[in-house]
Amino acid sequence: MSGLAIDNISMRFDLPNGSHVQALQDVTLDLKQGELLSVLGPSGCGKTTLLNIVAGFLAPTGGETRVNGHVVEGPDAERGMVFQQGALFEWMSVRDNVSFGPRMAGKKKADYMGNVDHLLDVVGLQDFKEKMVYELSGGMQQRVALARCLANDPDVILMDEPLGALDALTREKMQSLVLKLWKETGKTIILITHSIDEALLLGERVLVMAPRPGRIHKEYRLPFAEMGVDADLREVKEHPDYAPTREEILTMIWNMEEEIMGRTEAGA
Amino acid sequence: MVDTVNLMCTRQRLGEEQTTLQASPVPEGQVVGENYTPPEGCELASGWEVFSGQFGTLGSELWTETGNVLFAAVGAIPSFIGYVLIILICMFAWRAVKSFLTPKRDFTSLKTVTFGDESAVRSEFPASIISIVFIFLIWGSFTGSALVPSFLHLPAPFTGENKFTYTVEDAEGNRDDADVFVRVFEAGADPDEIEVAEGDGFAKNDTTDVTVYRSEIVTWDRNDGVNRRDDGARIVAINGEEFDFDASAENNGTPPSFELGWARVAITERGTINVSPDAGWQMQPLYLPAPEVVWNRFIEIAKYGYQNVYLTVHLGFSLFRVVVGFLLGAAVGIPLGYAMGLSNWFRGWFDPIVEFMRPVPPLALIPLVIIWFGIGEVGKIFLLFLAALWIMAIAARSGVSGVRITKVHAAYSLGASKWQILRHVIIPNSLPEIFTGARVAMGVCWGTVVAAELVAAEEGIGKMITTASKFQSTDIILLGVIIIGVVGFGIDMLMRMAERKLVPWKGKG
Repeated sequence: MSGLAIDNISMRFDLPNGSHVQALQDVTLDLKQGELLSVLGPSGCGKTTLLNIVAGFLAPTGGETRVNGHVVEGPDAERGMVFQQGALFEWMSVRDNVSFGPRMAGKKKADYMGNVDHLLDVVGLQDFKEKMVYELSGGMQQRVALARCLANDPDVILMDEPLGALDALTREKMQSLVLKLWKETGKTIILITHSIDEALLLGERVLVMAPRPGRIHKEYRLPFAEMGVDADLREVKEHPDYAPTREEILTMIWNMEEEIMGRTEAGA
Repeated sequence: MVDTVNLMCTRQRLGEEQTTLQASPVPEGQVVGENYTPPEGCELASGWEVFSGQFGTLGSELWTETGNVLFAAVGAIPSFIGYVLIILICMFAWRAVKSFLTPKRDFTSLKTVTFGDESAVRSEFPASIISIVFIFLIWGSFTGSALVPSFLHLPAPFTGENKFTYTVEDAEGNRDDADVFVRVFEAGADPDEIEVAEGDGFAKNDTTDVTVYRSEIVTWDRNDGVNRRDDGARIVAINGEEFDFDASAENNGTPPSFELGWARVAITERGTINVSPDAGWQMQPLYLPAPEVVWNRFIEIAKYGYQNVYLTVHLGFSLFRVVVGFLLGAAVGIPLGYAMGLSNWFRGWFDPIVEFMRPVPPLALIPLVIIWFGIGEVGKIFLLFLAALWIMAIAARSGVSGVRITKVHAAYSLGASKWQILRHVIIPNSLPEIFTGARVAMGVCWGTVVAAELVAAEEGIGKMITTASKFQSTDIILLGVIIIGVVGFGIDMLMRMAERKLVPWKGKG
């Protein structure tokens, strides 16, 4: 069975002072091959923890994750990850960064170089292949990160706010790029974001999480990602369903934030 | 093993009663608390007296020393202010010249934030040049250097010939005048004897030769018709200025002295004349030789060596020790740092050792190293090895722990194994830190080698300084100091170049 199954995941962090934090409580989720899921939620709702568990960096205290039918027991090349920033290897050239996965797997240079060059063309870095990554702008660096992840040909791509540190214009271009890559490669993608627009535009499915304990609050199935593949994202935003959905989710998250603040103040 | 006790002793000193705390051995056969009797005026000190006695002494000494330091510091304030003023004057002068020569609008000064923006501050090259020139200017003017135009020299000491007149009065009240011819010459010069006419009367003319910066006693009655002891003769005037001072009388007051402009002439307690030619404002070569003297010394030593050892040998030995000690320290320290950064067990094992040894300056270990290894190369290289070891270990450790966890996670999710992550992520990521550590370690090693050679060595740049200090060859000491500074600077520049070449990604992650 291909795809991703998150089964009753719970995560509890024990604090040094004896208390503990329930970061995730009974999160269950099924992703089919080729689905694009974006995860939204107020800060502290366990989005990143969920992603780290799926990636295999964290072992959950309850439940399990299955990818392609086997249980996740650690990081693996089948689950690629794109970080917000700072995860590139600045001692390598752009090309060496992108070819890192195949090189580590011991593949022959002739076998992967064509794909690496192709990917660099796709993300628009054909003129920067020999540059060092620190010579590139933030947007270009994130394109390198995307290409590096794709070069390893993972089944699932996990993105932890990959566009969070970019300026608005670059961000919009990168969103189109992500959609294009998603459609072309047919990868299963989980995208964590703080931006509601990004979640709506990129998420075929949108998951809204609630905090304390972190849990799934509501799930949407939206047409915008499919529309955005061929169209300008600004046109997608003019779709009659777009604004109401956006408003609904915004209010939802807003209320959660209010509730957290109220609870904190009551406790104080 | 002799027992020792602390005693409080009271004794009379300069008419004052003083109580002091002192440690004193217990005589053979006596036992404290049984048959021990403290010496006269002393008694066993109580615990409180031992405590307060020590800290009382320490406190009063520190108080005095604090006073001395403050006094010296306050004395330096005018020079300091003067120096700052000169810096500012040079700055405004340079800016004025620059804007006169290249009148253009400098838009960078219109940036909203230039003050306090650390990245906007660059070292201004002309300032460095002027600063160095100024140091040589001061050096030259204080030493009367030929490199500095003479109007910039501070007043030089008096050299050459001059004379003054003294008036003698014998016991009967007869007076006569005579001259003293003074010749002041440079140290090391060997002037010919001079003959002067004796002159008439019972007082005869005298001559005296004085080396510059020194003074000379003139026994004026050596050749006169009367003398101090037998005839009760004494001097009553210098250059016609009369005074009343009789060296042979009791309670005769303070002996007079006269400023003649070119020299200070004083009557001594014994009735002779002390001639101190004017020393000027310049520094004696013994304290500070002129730049060209040091330069000539450098040429001489570079050609023929010092004390039968060539300069290249001195320098070569010092550099050899530094390089070998540093390389050994790095060869052990870097793997040690990696082990400490990667394994809890190694971290726990070596943390106490590293944290204990790190604050111990290698110089404090010199006596131990000499006892253990003798004064040969092994001991000195061991010392430098230790100096570099801890610095390199700590740099490598913090390089490893400083790796961003996202980089490791990224490498894992790209399918890298632990060894591949060590090889391709952790090691390259730690290189900038290791280079920083290497620069620090090289600096410390260079400083340590010189100090170690000061203590014990056959050759080496530090040894050259020690030898020179025994012969009071200040020019060679100064030369050694300059060579040490220049070589140390050169080493750091080389390390920086290597750093730019080898870890260009430093600080850009």
